Amino acid sequence: MKLSDKTTSMAEAVAAIPDGATVMVGGFGVPGTPFALLAELARQDKRDLTLIKNDANETGTGVDLLIASGRVRRLITTHIGLNANAIAAMNEGRIEVEFCAQGILAERVRAGGAGLPAVLTDIGMQTELSAGKQIVQVEGRCLMVETALRADVALIHADRADPFGNLAYRATARNFNPPMAMAATTVIAEAEVLLPLGGLAPDEVETPGVFVDHLCPMAEITEEYGVVRR
Amino acid sequence: MSADKIVPLKPADPRGRMVARAAREIAPGMVVNLGIGLPTQVVDHLGPDYPVCLHTENGMAGVGPTLPHELADRNLIDAGGAYVSPIPGSSYFDSATSFALVRSGRLDLTMLGAFEVAENGDLANWKIPGRFSPGAGGAIELAQKARRVVVMTTHCDRKGNPKLKRRCTLPLTAAGAVTRIFTDLAVIDVTPAGFTLRECAQGVSVAEVTEATGAPLRLPEGDIPTF
Repeated sequence: MKLSDKTTSMAEAVAAIPDGATVMVGGFGVPGTPFALLAELARQDKRDLTLIKNDANETGTGVDLLIASGRVRRLITTHIGLNANAIAAMNEGRIEVEFCAQGILAERVRAGGAGLPAVLTDIGMQTELSAGKQIVQVEGRCLMVETALRADVALIHADRADPFGNLAYRATARNFNPPMAMAATTVIAEAEVLLPLGGLAPDEVETPGVFVDHLCPMAEITEEYGVVRR
Repeated sequence: MSADKIVPLKPADPRGRMVARAAREIAPGMVVNLGIGLPTQVVDHLGPDYPVCLHTENGMAGVGPTLPHELADRNLIDAGGAYVSPIPGSSYFDSATSFALVRSGRLDLTMLGAFEVAENGDLANWKIPGRFSPGAGGAIELAQKARRVVVMTTHCDRKGNPKLKRRCTLPLTAAGAVTRIFTDLAVIDVTPAGFTLRECAQGVSVAEVTEATGAPLRLPEGDIPTF
């Protein structure tokens, strides 16, 4: 038996994303952000997108390429403080922003990837994040229903991969990538290093290739993946 | 935050004394999350062999020293964006695991900044409506679920208004969460009876602390130690 080859070009993988799609994007700051896939999304002029991402990167990079050019309708996120442009877009009503507690965003994504409809939590119950959320009582405790998140597409950045889509990550470039790689109808992963089948030992695999639809080897590691000098 | 711009504060100045005093809150063996900004600087007051596990919510336990840009690993930052390093025994994990650790009670202590702290322990540190609303990031879970939540902040804001109040006026991060506050003027505990003065900074009188506090300040019997 042999596992299938899912390698493809970024142009081809991204071409199948329709306008209006909901797109999960890995990354926390620079580490783990799939800058090359995001640039391809902008190049192909995809519009009316809903993005799910921990942060909004910094002005001029990553998801800001999509926000600044008016391609994003809605953003589900935890913190956009490093992107003044995204804050301005939110304040001027050009994008709709839903804020989520960071770990609850991770759990909503994880639930989506695990085939569960929601998680129950007391996180944020005494804050404005609880506004409009359904409350249920479980074993005498009042808890908030946080609905699971799934997306049409997830854009993932991995360090190493094999052609079947088995993925391994580096350091704090994990963050939202492993849960998001399980929570979308179509999962597109870019990888810095493409190893042959068997090149990633089964014990090293963090995201099983079963979850991944398209594997895009990166031609180069561009400057935006590098150390940020502020 | 730029790693190479962090200059250890000297204990001679009031802020430096506050940071040095807050560092003593960290007991050996604790798992600790330090909030972005001033709390990060308590690290400079812990010896290189001090047994503590620093957690950063973007996915690392055992956070080591910050590195200058030329030595930085592009894939290794803390939640404030500073380039950090591993130490023997460090681990990396995804965001779901990182907050599982927080919510399930594995985080012994978090030290956070504040816009306002109320005498009942309410904390506001993430939003100023109309002026500052970047989102709460991981602050809500840290403040709500760390086993002990302490605040490090200047006693008053830049205009001289007290940050310690009867009630928070800004949107809450967590209710009833804070147990101790380290400021440039004092160490104050949040007790069922409200704010209680524990220590004064060198050269600061009890009257000055009381004056700068926007809620009644209980004074315990006996002398108030200085730090």
